[in-house]
Order: sequence, then structure tokens, then C-alpha cells
Amino acid sequence: MTLALDLALCVLILGVALASVAGGGVFRAVIFFITYGLFVAMAWARLGALDVALAEAAIGAGLTGVLLLAALGRLRRMNATSPPHRTGLHLPAAFAGAALACALGWAWFALPAPSPPDLGPVMPQSGVGNRVTAVLLNFRAWDTLLESIVLLAALLGVWMLAQDKDWTAPLGPRYHAQAGGVLASFGRLLPPVGLAFGVYLVWAGADSTGGAFQGGTVLAAVGLVALMSNVMRPPRVSQGVLRAALVLGPAVFLCAGLLATASGGAFLSLSPALAKPVILTIEVALTISIAVTLALLVIGASGDGEYAP
Amino acid sequence: MTLTYYALTGAVLVGLGAYGLLAVPHLIRRIIAFNLMGSGLFLFFGAAGARGGVPDAIPQALIITGIVVALSASALAVGLVVALARRSGKAFLPDDYPADDEDRAP
Repeated sequence: MTLALDLALCVLILGVALASVAGGGVFRAVIFFITYGLFVAMAWARLGALDVALAEAAIGAGLTGVLLLAALGRLRRMNATSPPHRTGLHLPAAFAGAALACALGWAWFALPAPSPPDLGPVMPQSGVGNRVTAVLLNFRAWDTLLESIVLLAALLGVWMLAQDKDWTAPLGPRYHAQAGGVLASFGRLLPPVGLAFGVYLVWAGADSTGGAFQGGTVLAAVGLVALMSNVMRPPRVSQGVLRAALVLGPAVFLCAGLLATASGGAFLSLSPALAKPVILTIEVALTISIAVTLALLVIGASGDGEYAP
Repeated sequence: MTLTYYALTGAVLVGLGAYGLLAVPHLIRRIIAFNLMGSGLFLFFGAAGARGGVPDAIPQALIITGIVVALSASALAVGLVVALARRSGKAFLPDDYPADDEDRAP
């Protein structure tokens, strides 16, 4: 029975993926891609990777979907021309894709099953109960530190695409919500619920499912809803508080790493006694930075006074 | 057996994404194809990490990192597409239709 469920889920995933690549219409492709993200999140839940399922649903389906829909809106307002629709199969590309898929399929059967490292014995030293959080913020903290810097670099890249005259303008397109409409109501209804849920995800992430990335994404979504419904004023690049929030996470993370070096350990190593408070401090700071960075990445650079539909 | 389904689904997704990236001219659709490739690889990797019986935490952490990086790369790509459309009025690369101007010439 569960086998049938998995098989059906795989077929659905491949079906919506095919529809978003080969179907007609860009808008439809984006909608299929959002659906795809939700199905993949279910697949992660089936694989027992609940933290990944949350991240995929929130980031892969949610934020990426908003990003792509907003991009379509901007292109439409610029009257950008779409390429003529090609019908028929592009043979060389189909061959390349099929070869890649076959190579990966072959690798799955050819490679020996590895014995995963057992984290059990070292978990008590990590300071947290959730293994994924322990890997992210303790055992492989380097990856997470560099990732937070990658996020910042991507945001700088997006901002640099603004024209000089727009540099001090409010970020993102201008949104307008009809007073008393659905968006305006949701803009007031959702943020308190989202705030509570986001903070809960971060707090619970230490010992059960959740974490700084998932919580930060929910908080970013709260900010986006508030921005789109005009409950919150659009931010500007020149705001000091905004810039401070962006670098807070990486800065706290770096300081914690350097303090470990100063007290005789390796860079980013945590002594078991201090691990829990240090990880919680880093997580809170990271969550704030992730939330602000993701929200700003999604709304994009300052537009030239363009209005969202 | 279940893991094999998901791994092979991931493999097909990578192939599908590669096809879209090469064959589909609209740049927003190319970003979608690029995301399909990434997410297919994650699925393959995650299924491989779960072969020991319980899902391994290390691949999971790397995949979460990957999902966040994929979003930031997509946001940068969208920024570039919007900047291109602002300058040229097109949502595709001119290289994909080099014959366009010649066709129109008498």
C-alpha cells in the first residue's frame, strides 16, 4: 500500500515537472513549478527527512514561487517580448538530458551502499537534540557560515542591478492592495500567526523538526505579506537598521568562531559545556539575517517607479 | 525499493531540467529548469543518504544549505532577466534567435 503511495507520488512529481518544462505558457509553467515544490516536500516527508520537507515547502515552493510570479509581473509591465513557441522535440538537448538521467540511474545501482557515520556517540557533545541542527551549526558549521555569506553576496548582486537613479528609491516594485480586499485582510491576519510560527520553528529546531532556515523563511514570508498588502513601508538600501540586520548573523557566527580560536580551540569549534547557549545565540542572529535577506532577495532591486498589478 | 523510486525520479528530474535548460528559450522557464535539476539532484542525494536505514543527518543538512543557495541563485538570475528585459525588451537571449533579423530583411 505504501509502495503504491510512493509510486503515485513519483509519477505526480515527474508529471508536474514535465508540464512545467514542456507545457505551453510561462505563467502555467510557474504554477506547475510551485505544485512541484509541494509534491517534492511530500516526498521528503516520505523519506523521513522532515527538516528538508519544511525547507522545500517554504523555500522551494513558497519563496521561489513568489519570486517567479513577481518576475513575470515585472516582465509583463515592461512589455517584454516572449520568444516564439517552439514545437517539437529539441533532439540534441533531449539526448543530453536522457544521457544525464541514465548516467545517474546507472550510478544508483553501480555504487556500493555507504555506511553512514554514526552521529549517536557524539550527539551529547553537540548541545542540541536535532541531528540536522547539530550538523548545520556545530559539526559542519563552516558550510553554514559560508552559506550565510553567499546569501549576502547574492543580495548585493541583485542590488547592483538597479539603475543609478533608483539607488535610493524604495526596494522592489510598488504594491497596491485594494482596501478591504483579500490581500489587505490577509496582510493583517497572517503576520501575527506567521510570526508566532516562525519563532516556534527556530526555538523547536534545537531539539525537534525546525531550525533557523525554516523559521527565517516563515518570517521572510510574513514580511513579504506585510509589504505586499502595504501594512509595512517598503525598505530602502540606505536604512542602517536594515544593513545591520543583514550582517548580524554572519557577524555573530564569525565572532563565535573566532572566540573559539582565542580560547584555544579550532576555528568554529564549540566546547560541549557552552555549545547550547552559543548555538542558540548564533541561531537567533542567523534567523534575523536570513529572514531579512530572503525577503529582500525576493522583492528584488528598486524598480523605476513601476507598479505591481 | 522505495528509495530506488525516489532516486530514479531524481535522476529523471535532472535529465528533464538539463533538457529545459538547453532547449527552452524563455529565460524564466530556464530558471525553472535549473531549479528542477538542482531539486532532482537533492532527491537523488537524499535517497542515497537514507540507504543506511535511518535518514542520515549530514546529507539532510547539506540539502537544506543547497535549497537556500538555489533560491539565492534564482533571485540573482531573476534580477539579471529583469535587467535584460529593461534594456532590450526581450525575455530571451538574442543568441537563441540569431536568424531573426535576417528573416525580416527582404
